[in-house]
This record gives sequence, C-alpha cells and structure tokens, in this order.
Amino acid sequence: MMKKTLLTALIALGLGIGGNATVALASGGEQHIEDFDFSFEGPFGKYDPIQLQRGLKVYTEVCAACHGLRHVAFRTLADEGGPGFTPEQVKAYAAGFDIYNAELDEDLPGKPSDKFPRSALSNAPDLSLMAKARAGFHGPNGLGINQFIKGMGGTEYIASILTGFTGEEKEQAGTTFYENKAFPGGWIAMAPPLEDEQVEFDDGHKNDVEHMAKDVSAFLMWTAEPKMMARKRVGLLSVLFLGLFTVLLYLTNKKIWAPIKRKDA
Amino acid sequence: MAGIPHDHYEPKTGFEKWLHTRLPVVALAYDTLMIPTPKNLNWMWIWGIVLAFCLVLQIITGIVLAMHYTPHVSMAFDSVEHIMRDVNGGWALRYIHANGGSLFFFAVYIHIFRGLYYGSYKAPREITWIIGMLIYLAMMATGFLGYVLPWGQMSFWGATVITGLFGAIPGIGPIIQEWLLGGPAVDNATLNRFFSLHYLIPFVIVGLVAVHIWAFHTTGNSNPTGVEVRRKSKAEANKDTVPFWPYFVIKDLFALVLILVIFMAVVGFMPNYLGHPDNYIPANPLVTPAHIVPEWYYLPFYAILRAITFDVLFLDAKFLGVLLMFGSIGVMALAPWLDTSPVRSGRYRPAFKWYFLILVIDFIVLMWCGSRPAEGLVPTISLIGSIYWFGYFLVILPVLGFTEKTKAVPETIEADFDAHYPPKSK
Repeated sequence: MMKKTLLTALIALGLGIGGNATVALASGGEQHIEDFDFSFEGPFGKYDPIQLQRGLKVYTEVCAACHGLRHVAFRTLADEGGPGFTPEQVKAYAAGFDIYNAELDEDLPGKPSDKFPRSALSNAPDLSLMAKARAGFHGPNGLGINQFIKGMGGTEYIASILTGFTGEEKEQAGTTFYENKAFPGGWIAMAPPLEDEQVEFDDGHKNDVEHMAKDVSAFLMWTAEPKMMARKRVGLLSVLFLGLFTVLLYLTNKKIWAPIKRKDA
Repeated sequence: MAGIPHDHYEPKTGFEKWLHTRLPVVALAYDTLMIPTPKNLNWMWIWGIVLAFCLVLQIITGIVLAMHYTPHVSMAFDSVEHIMRDVNGGWALRYIHANGGSLFFFAVYIHIFRGLYYGSYKAPREITWIIGMLIYLAMMATGFLGYVLPWGQMSFWGATVITGLFGAIPGIGPIIQEWLLGGPAVDNATLNRFFSLHYLIPFVIVGLVAVHIWAFHTTGNSNPTGVEVRRKSKAEANKDTVPFWPYFVIKDLFALVLILVIFMAVVGFMPNYLGHPDNYIPANPLVTPAHIVPEWYYLPFYAILRAITFDVLFLDAKFLGVLLMFGSIGVMALAPWLDTSPVRSGRYRPAFKWYFLILVIDFIVLMWCGSRPAEGLVPTISLIGSIYWFGYFLVILPVLGFTEKTKAVPETIEADFDAHYPPKSK
C-alpha cells in the first residue's frame, strides 16, 4: 500500500508538476489560445510538406518583411521531413534573398548554404524557435496536465496571435498597440499582418486569415524542430525495441527466480 | 565489519594465478558481481541501477555534446541550435541528455525516499547514506551548471538568482558571489567556469558512487525487513541471500529497460515537456522573464528558500531562506543520528508510516509551491511545508523512537521470504 502510494505520487510529480511553464502572464490578461488541429500532433503525426510550402510562402511574402529566421539554412528546405524542396527549388528560392557577405562587405544573392536573413526590424523577434519558445497551454494551477494532453501549444499560440486581433487600437507613448485575444496582456505592438486572400497559393488552397495562420504556424514548427519526423521515428522504434526487450527480460527474470521463489514446476 | 561470507574468486589457470598475484582485478569484479544480496529485495531496490545507468548515459552524451558546444556568450545558444540542426543525431544527444537529467533526479528521489522509508540510513550504513547525500548535492550542482550552458533566458536568469543566494550571506556574501561569477554579473567568465565545472563534477560523482557502492558492499544491502543477513557461516548466509549475478542483474535490467521505454517515449514524443519554453529565447540581460523558475527537480528546495518572508533578529529573510534550503538537505543527511527507533524498516512502524507518507506529500506540495509565483496562499503553504520537513527530521524521528509501539520484526530474511513464497510441502 505504502509502496504503491509512494510510486503513484512520485510518478504524478514527475509527469505533472514538471510540465508547468510560464504560467504567470506579464500583466495577467485573459489569454485565449485556440486549440487548432495540426497534422504533426501526437506520436504519429507528420508534417504535411505541402502545408509547410504554403507556410513558407506566407512567411516569405508577409512575415519576412520584419522577422528573420537566423537559425534556418536554405538547404534544409530540401531535407527529409521538411517542405520537401528539390535542390533546384532551394537554389532558386535562396537566390531571391540578398545575404550580407562580411568578407566582401557587400550583399550577394543567397546560396543554399546561407541562412535566412535576420529580423529586419529590431523589435521583431527572430522566428526560428518561436514555436518552441512559447507555450500556448498551461496549468491548470501549474500542474502541466493541459500540456501533457494537448502538447506545449507553441504553434497554437502563433496561430492564435495571427487570428486573435479584435480590430481595436490604442496609442501609448508614441507607439500603436493592437488588441489581441491571444497575447499576454492583450495589447501587441505588431499590426495585424494577415488579411484574407493576401497570399495566393498555386494549388488554389483556401487563403483566408485562419488558413494562412495555420499554414505559417506549421511552417514555424518545422523551423523550430526540423528533425521532428526523425525524432518520432526514433522514439517509436526505441519504444518498440525496448518494449520487446522488456518482455524478454521479464520472462528471463521469471524463469531465473522460479526455483528461488519455489514457483518452478 | 567483515562482509557477508561467500565464495571468493579462485585463480585456476597459470595466467590467472600470474595476474592475480600482480593485480587481483578479476577477483574484484567477481566479488562485486557475486556479492550475496538479500533475496527479499523488492522493486524499490532497482533505482540504484537506474542511477548508475543515468550517470553513464549523461557522461557519454555529455562528452559528445561538448565536442560541438561553444562556451561563449555570443555563440553558446547558436552552438546548441547547431547541435540540434546540423550535427548528425545531435538532436537525439541533446534531448537524451536534457531528459536524462530529469530521469536521473526522478530516480534519485525515489532512491532517497526508499532509504528513508526502509531505514536504510541506520547503522551500520551511515557512511553509505552520507556519501549518497554528497552525490545528491553534486548532482544538484551539476544539473544547475548544465542548465546554464544553453544560454537561454532561464539559463541566464536562473544563474543570476542562484548565485545571488550566495550574495545573501552577511558580510562576505558579495565577495563570494563575485568570485563564483568571475565578475560583477553573470557573463562570459561565468559561462566558461560553469562549463568547466559541469564537465568536472560528474567525474567527482563517479568517484563518490564507487565509495557509495564500496560502503554498502561492506555492510551488505539493506532490505525491506531491515533484518540483517545472518553471517555466522556461509550456509546461514546462503539462506538469506542470492548472488547479485544473475538474480538481481536480470531483475534490475528488466526494470531499467521498462523505465527506458517510458524515457524514450518522452524523448521521442514530448522532449520539451519538462523544459521551459523561455530557454529557447537567447539570454538577454536587459529583459527579465515574467516568472523565473528552476528545473522541476529543484522546486521543493526552491519553495523552502522562498518560504521565509520575514526577518528574524539580525538575520534577513533572504539569508534565512538560503540557510533553510541547505539545512533541509543537512537534516536529511543527519537522519541516521536523528532516528532513535530500534526498528529499522518502516514496514513494522505503524505510526512512522503515516508521518513518512505526509513527508512524501509534503515534498510534492513543496514542489508545486516552488513552481508557482510567490503570491496568494503559496508562501503560507511553503512555510507550513518547510516546517513539516524540518519537523519530520528534527522532532518526529527522534521522538517516535521512544513513543511508537512497533510491530514484530521477522526473525530472519529467510522467514520473511518464506512467508511470501512458502516452501513446498513434501
């Protein structure tokens, strides 16, 4: 009885409390994070390369005006488990950027080995890791249960920000702030970046704000965690292999102990 | 104390004799592996192997990570991303190392609470216990130093808060703090020395673990009954024990691999669950995170640190908090001398059981308190939790030994074992 209580308690502690994240909001505003569905959720979820390509297009045409992706190299667009570009597509895409070359002290057309440019605006954060640097889900009460069930919610956070503008504005100390249901505190310095039909997709996919927000959020999950597909594959294989190994060890253990425990036939 | 009598290694061939007279290394390995082990050990005795595995896992993954990591304030964060993106299998190394730390602490807490419940710390195993506490402290230091290395926001601000604790020591505090940091604030010098020490201390732990194992191989393992193995003769000892190999090696391996199934599921499917999103934001000395929290495994002690919100006499609240935090581990280390009960195992101590259960709950509640902002009821609950923690060791353990009516303890380990697994009637 005691043993079981102790074990259960310790497991609860390990799984629960640790998962608590930045629960305290800076100014205590009521945050609303919409639990959007993404194809890569859960142990078996996968990135949808077409969605990542759409997200890249939204990023390129909208976000890149201010934000950067300084950790992401163009060549990785062709990596397995990503947007699935061909090397030619990568070359063509990279050439569309001017990348500063420190040795020559001039801007040159981007090469696949270059990284995306840094943020153009000093107060626009780099987006490479944004999907992991924010948690959409918290609690309840710091117990981490929501994050255990729904995931950390970084992508949901980004998508909720992009769809969370109410249209209200206010001026404060010379800066305009925009009301946003998902942003801690409720007022964000970023103007609503997306409007319906702003980006045209080659395949004619829906391009209202919500769809574009989801696509670019999925793309930013990939920039933050480009190896997610490999990770889940390794995770699954490890669990299966170790699971089988556990069964064999269980049987071995049982057999070895049988004479000691007088359970042998 | 002589060890439990058992068969020793006998060199047979010419080469074995030649080697044995020069370096009895085979004998050492044989005696270590074949050590008589109480046959009634339950599943709470598997955590030692898990911990040994964690130590090796952390050292191996850590050494490879160090090959790709750059300890410099302007490059550390990016070098971690380089590991995650460009190093072959780098993401696996880092996620295993980061979550390996959590597994290490998860296992050590169960291991410690097992010792507290079954009275493993009592004579003659005080040295094992004390060494264990030193290992735990060294683990805390290593974990903290390691968390600073990715140079994210929590790394930086965690380092600032924790080194600030030393600054709270009256008089010499600020000097010690500056000495630890290598300057007036957390900066490149801090990162460099933290990296150096994060690499060093695990090897100190290896040494301490060797002594820990040596000590309990001298006294013999504790066991759920708390009754010692009979050691008058080999025949008697054999009734209470089985050799470590193969019985406990296989049992422990089974448990270890089962735990690794869960571990690899965490690494594969939710590797950032136990981490903090803010640590994916590069360290910025100009922006303080809304809520600075340490890793989950420090939270109970962090709660004790913050529990004192008032000055007492000439001691200010902050310094008292620091004293209490270190004291909370200090009183635990003194358990062998604070526990006055002649009965070792909690199994035969009906009153103790309840106080112990409350201690476990107290630990979990304190952990929760440490994760919450210090507002509302949290400081009060932390204070009550801290009082119980100290009360358990300083009042309950000493007093209970005199007041408690204990249950009958089995005569021998064999008798206890036979009660569970009755001998066949012939």
